[in-house]
Amino acid sequence: MTPASVRVAGGQGFWGDWLEAPYRQVTGGPIDYLMMDYLAEVTMSILQKQKTRDSSRGYATDFITQVERILPVIVERGIKVIANAGGVNPRGCARALADIARKQGGGLAGKLRIGIVSGDDLLAEGRLDGLLARGHELANLDTGRPLRDVRDKVQSANAYLGAAPVVDALNRGAQVVITGRVTDTGLTLGPLMHAFGWAPDAWDRIAAGTVAGHIIECGAQASGGNCLSDWKRIPDLAHVGYPIVEARPDGTFDIVKHPNTGGRIDVAGVTEQLVYEMGDPRSYITPDGVADFTTISLAQAGKDRVRVSGVKGKPATDKLKVSIAYFYGYKAVGTLVYAWPDALEKAKAADRILRQRLQDLKLEFEAIHTEFVGANATHGALALKELDARDLPEVQLRIGVRSPDEKRVDRFTREIAPLILNGPPSVTGFAGGRPKPEEIVAYWPALIDKGMVKPSVEIMDV
Amino acid sequence: MKKKLLDIAHARSGDKGDTANIGLIAKHPKYYPLLVKQVTAARVARHFKGMIKGPVERFELPNLQALNFLLHGALDGGGTISLKTDAQGKVFSTALLRMEVEVQR
Repeated sequence: MTPASVRVAGGQGFWGDWLEAPYRQVTGGPIDYLMMDYLAEVTMSILQKQKTRDSSRGYATDFITQVERILPVIVERGIKVIANAGGVNPRGCARALADIARKQGGGLAGKLRIGIVSGDDLLAEGRLDGLLARGHELANLDTGRPLRDVRDKVQSANAYLGAAPVVDALNRGAQVVITGRVTDTGLTLGPLMHAFGWAPDAWDRIAAGTVAGHIIECGAQASGGNCLSDWKRIPDLAHVGYPIVEARPDGTFDIVKHPNTGGRIDVAGVTEQLVYEMGDPRSYITPDGVADFTTISLAQAGKDRVRVSGVKGKPATDKLKVSIAYFYGYKAVGTLVYAWPDALEKAKAADRILRQRLQDLKLEFEAIHTEFVGANATHGALALKELDARDLPEVQLRIGVRSPDEKRVDRFTREIAPLILNGPPSVTGFAGGRPKPEEIVAYWPALIDKGMVKPSVEIMDV
Repeated sequence: MKKKLLDIAHARSGDKGDTANIGLIAKHPKYYPLLVKQVTAARVARHFKGMIKGPVERFELPNLQALNFLLHGALDGGGTISLKTDAQGKVFSTALLRMEVEVQR
């Protein structure tokens, strides 16, 4: 039987988000599904490195400790969890979860079914080289370069899967669905398709579920966090309630939060989240369909309740996006703090001296970038021209370099500290010591024909 | 009279690779036509001159009283490559709100 409404709660907006949020979402009021997004663009390469060192790793370990805490509650209340915490090892993640479920006892044995979604990993079983050999260029969507130019530097390659395998896992009775690189929006759309029986080509419904997913995929950014609109009056962010989608079978839904939580859900704040990381609003492309954000209607339907309706969609494309991470080079960033008087002038003098020394050493870099934090780091010249620089109490000189050559970057890092004694006066704030050259793992977006990727779903019973 | 966009609009920004996006939202529907007319792609490109390397695109969302701007080449390569404090373009939003527009009293 189709339920009259379903509640999908956002529990994590990225790996590193508030550890308390999932617990508060499952205990603060009724929900049917808990959605947790862990994967940013370069997270997969970090996980791939971990897996290379230890084949049991390669997933978001926070997920295990978070689910450990909520496991008794979700089993008791029948709350289903959907998370892309599997990273490059969803099976390993499922095994770790099964282990803690068995350890918890309390009658959990025989009660937990885990669904595992994989098939996104293109490095597995030599798939990537097979694709390249068959003429798939996997050209960089931003630059047009073919992937073969950097093939030997590739560290991870994952196709973005859509909601379909999530729906499959839920249909097969999974209570916790652990995925690899499933789109953030698919983690919300999946449970809605499952609960309401939406067809994969019900394009307006698919678009509506996608918009719902977009709104809650960044956690509290939809419920008062990082919200500029009237931000001083947003109540009690210390106890912010993460957003919940309360959806109906017709594709309309409300964004709400649990009672007695902080934050705010209003049209202005939800609008801010809708335009976040937006490209062409008429074509928000996912593996599941194309949502038209210019058709969305928002209305305040009560305190901390925004109604979303009218969403129109278009058919899915025949491509999937691929997220590739590759080794790019090295970078390092050093900082020093200069104090009043003439803090900005001192920092600028230090920058000139440092650059002269690099030049004298014939050290060239792909990029040298200087910022004066406190004066122009975020708003550049736009800030400087409105600023009375003479009275700034302090300015942080922040200078970074980038190069394919680690030695050059390392040599640069030794040119910061000497400035303390042999540069402009009133300098402090170097307690962190010499900066370390850092490996740059860069992101390479590409497209692949859908037919080249086969999502798979496995079931693990605990 | 001249006002800063900050007085009549709010905004949120983010990234896609080396492109920053800024969603600019009218605080009241009556200000939306003014945004459409005055905050053109060309004007935004001039506003950010020297801070971005590529062109500016603009999209209209009349349903949300919002404009979406794509600032290409804004993030020193973007993501992990970038040496900028704001490598993810998170505060291009408020940088745009420094712009002045003519508001009818």
